[in-house]
Amino acid sequence: MVEEKPASVNETKEKVEKLLVKWKSKRGSLIMALHEIQGVFGFVPWSAVEIVSRELNIPVSQIYAVLTFYNYFKLSAPGKVIISLCDGTACHIKGAPSLIDAIYNCLGIKDGETTADGVFHLQIVRCLGCCGLAPVVVVNGKTYRKVVPADIPKIIAEWRSSITKK
Amino acid sequence: MVELTQEQIEKLKQLGRTQKENLLKLGEEFVQNHKKYIASIYTCNATGCHSGGAGNVIDAFKESLETFGLQDKVRMVATGCMGLCACGPLARVEIKGRDPFLYQQVTPDIARLIVSEHIVPTLKKDPSEPLKLSTYLKNKELSLNLPFFTKQKKVVLKNLGHSDPEDLGEYVAEGGYQALMKCLEMKPEEVIQIIKDSGLRGRGGAGFPTGVKWEMLAKAPLVDGEKFVVCNGDEGDPGAYMDSCILGGGAHQVLEGMMIAAYATGATSGWFYIRAEYPLALQRVELAIKQAKKYGILGRRIFGSDFDFMAELRYGAGAFVCGEETALLESLEGKRGTPHPRPPYPTQKGLFGKPTAINNVETLANIAPIILHGPKWFQKMGTKTSKGTKVFALTGKVQHSGLVEVPMGTKVSEMVNEIGGGTSSGKPFKAVQTGGPSGGVIPASHLDLPLCYEELKKIGSMMGSGGMIVMDYDDSMVEIAKFYLNFTVDESCGKCAPCRIGGYQMLQLVKKIADKRGSAADLEKIKEIGSAMKRGALCGLGQTAPNPVLSTIKFFKEEYDALIQEAETKRQAQQKLKGEMKQLEAQMNALNKEG
Ligand SMILES: Cc1cc2nc3c(=O)[nH]c(=O)nc-3n(C[C@H](O)[C@H](O)[C@H](O)COP(=O)(O)O)c2cc1C
Ligand code: SF4
Ligand code: FES
Ligand code: FES
Repeated sequence: MVEEKPASVNETKEKVEKLLVKWKSKRGSLIMALHEIQGVFGFVPWSAVEIVSRELNIPVSQIYAVLTFYNYFKLSAPGKVIISLCDGTACHIKGAPSLIDAIYNCLGIKDGETTADGVFHLQIVRCLGCCGLAPVVVVNGKTYRKVVPADIPKIIAEWRSSITKK
Repeated sequence: MVELTQEQIEKLKQLGRTQKENLLKLGEEFVQNHKKYIASIYTCNATGCHSGGAGNVIDAFKESLETFGLQDKVRMVATGCMGLCACGPLARVEIKGRDPFLYQQVTPDIARLIVSEHIVPTLKKDPSEPLKLSTYLKNKELSLNLPFFTKQKKVVLKNLGHSDPEDLGEYVAEGGYQALMKCLEMKPEEVIQIIKDSGLRGRGGAGFPTGVKWEMLAKAPLVDGEKFVVCNGDEGDPGAYMDSCILGGGAHQVLEGMMIAAYATGATSGWFYIRAEYPLALQRVELAIKQAKKYGILGRRIFGSDFDFMAELRYGAGAFVCGEETALLESLEGKRGTPHPRPPYPTQKGLFGKPTAINNVETLANIAPIILHGPKWFQKMGTKTSKGTKVFALTGKVQHSGLVEVPMGTKVSEMVNEIGGGTSSGKPFKAVQTGGPSGGVIPASHLDLPLCYEELKKIGSMMGSGGMIVMDYDDSMVEIAKFYLNFTVDESCGKCAPCRIGGYQMLQLVKKIADKRGSAADLEKIKEIGSAMKRGALCGLGQTAPNPVLSTIKFFKEEYDALIQEAETKRQAQQKLKGEMKQLEAQMNALNKEG
């Protein structure tokens, strides 16, 4: 889903205008439109916000207020490898905090941070619906279950090599 | 909407009647088509098992069946959650004339073995001949006689794990949309009366009687020709996933419940508000709506009646407060999810200013069964004031972690020790937490407590949406209280001071105690802030945020005391050291002067 290269301004404009067509005539569709934009770009680019404002006739300030209220929306491009670490109750009880430490030790990043090389991004989430398999870590859509801290360096190495291969 | 002429209406009704027949035919076709199968393999492909590789298992089953030329004799179904998620991926084999068989931790290799060692030989044999499996495969069997399975009572989850959630024909064959058809032949008031008589109460948290809520909406006049029903699928409690599984495995059942609610209340359209973190649930609801439109279940003059209805899907965006109904409505309108005071209640002034009833996913999933089996059937399950069943996500330090549906009134001990099979660590059980960030703990000394709205409230917790976290002796109650409070402080919308400031202050005090810097006075202050928040906060988030802390103080005060005592000892030692230092300094000074 995340684009490799930042899209050119025109490309962004075209894509955003196209997906907004469906939402223009519907009530209360701002959040849905933002979801679709993030689905395409991996985050909500500022240039897209301006188009949304114009097309849906909503002030930029109001869109910004919505974007910052909801945890789900990202305002900048996350890394290539997104680590979603669950710290919901079931995962917390089963050792999620020790996994957060393990990631910090390996990559030096905390919740919401990206490594300096722009490769890894850590986001802490609350429940991914696999509580029976806690603690759970999802990396770019691949789920790791019943993870222990010793697994973390292995998971990171796996993804690092898959990125460099590309 | 544009006014229709009498002739147009008649035409639409005729179309509706044809569509009803077509739908029933779809169910019959399903039954006919499936007569050819002599066996079925059900593989769970819900979120948990899917993440464990169920997709590859399903492919392996299909390939293997084809290798043996059995693809037209054995049905391979990818199902919703089977419940025992901790042992997944799960696969159940049902062969005509034989007892069903459940396998755990299935891999593609095991799937191939199941076909070659279990299914192929059995189909050749007489049902009286016993099954012979290798020890390897035998070890993968999960007994269906486990209390985990036998102690459950499935109403809401009945079709999960037994059917293909994407097959509308199968839903219809199992009686789907018959409840709606039945309702369309009744008066709306009669439908409301049935729900009132059943005693069904909201499963989203507070337990408000569903029939009463519907009646309030029914009485509210249309505003600009509109009134709404909303399905609350935000499921914000971290560590709970019941609604996600109900939607993922039975979206049509929830949609049917929503439509019955709309017919009974006169609502003109419906909205699903579902967490964006649940891709499978979103996908299944979208598909259900699409199928329903295609077969005229959604639309105008549905099944030839006077009922028009449309449903839409909207995503949540990761804000816990949006589970609260007034915040949810703001979010549905595309705004920040900030709650507002009630009254006016949503049934008076709701979405886009129009009367709206908000019902939880599980509440709506109960509706069709109640209509089909009658209120008396429903009333027979549960306790005096809490009727029916409740779905729980049993997680944490418990052996059989998963999705569980039990009659209301089931005891904590039955949940933890029988269904759950005791703690996963083998260490003594300490407490369960229910109600998530709004709830509290039930200590091991209260194992006899029946799980129902009143009893849970009495003990300082609440039913909540159904999260149930088991904790053993290694778990610190102060830590768990801190965890939940941290969550609610993080998720507070900041609109009102008791929650914004009170929650923050309380968290600082809990942290202070946890870090062994606290005092007995801090504990008193926590209680004071807690009672102020309960009284003063604007919405349920702030009103219930103190619960996890207060309830752990009530039942596990000794853990707080121990940390405070440690802090006290540390302070005394510091004092003593300081005194000694001063003396030494004085002596040094004296010596210096002398020198
Ligand atoms: C902070 C907060 C979070 C809530 N989260 C949910 C939720 O995730 N799902 C839900 O159905 N109800 C939730 N509720 C309860 C809803 O406000 C509402 O009472 C419920 O959806 C009504 O449906 P019911 O009557 O069918 O239970 C929450 C309430 C509060 C105060
Ligand atoms: S109680 Fe908390 S979440 Fe609710 S309105 Fe007040 S600040 Fe917002
Ligand atoms: S708490 Fe981590 S998956 Fe549910
Ligand atoms: S996800 Fe497969 S049993 Fe629950």
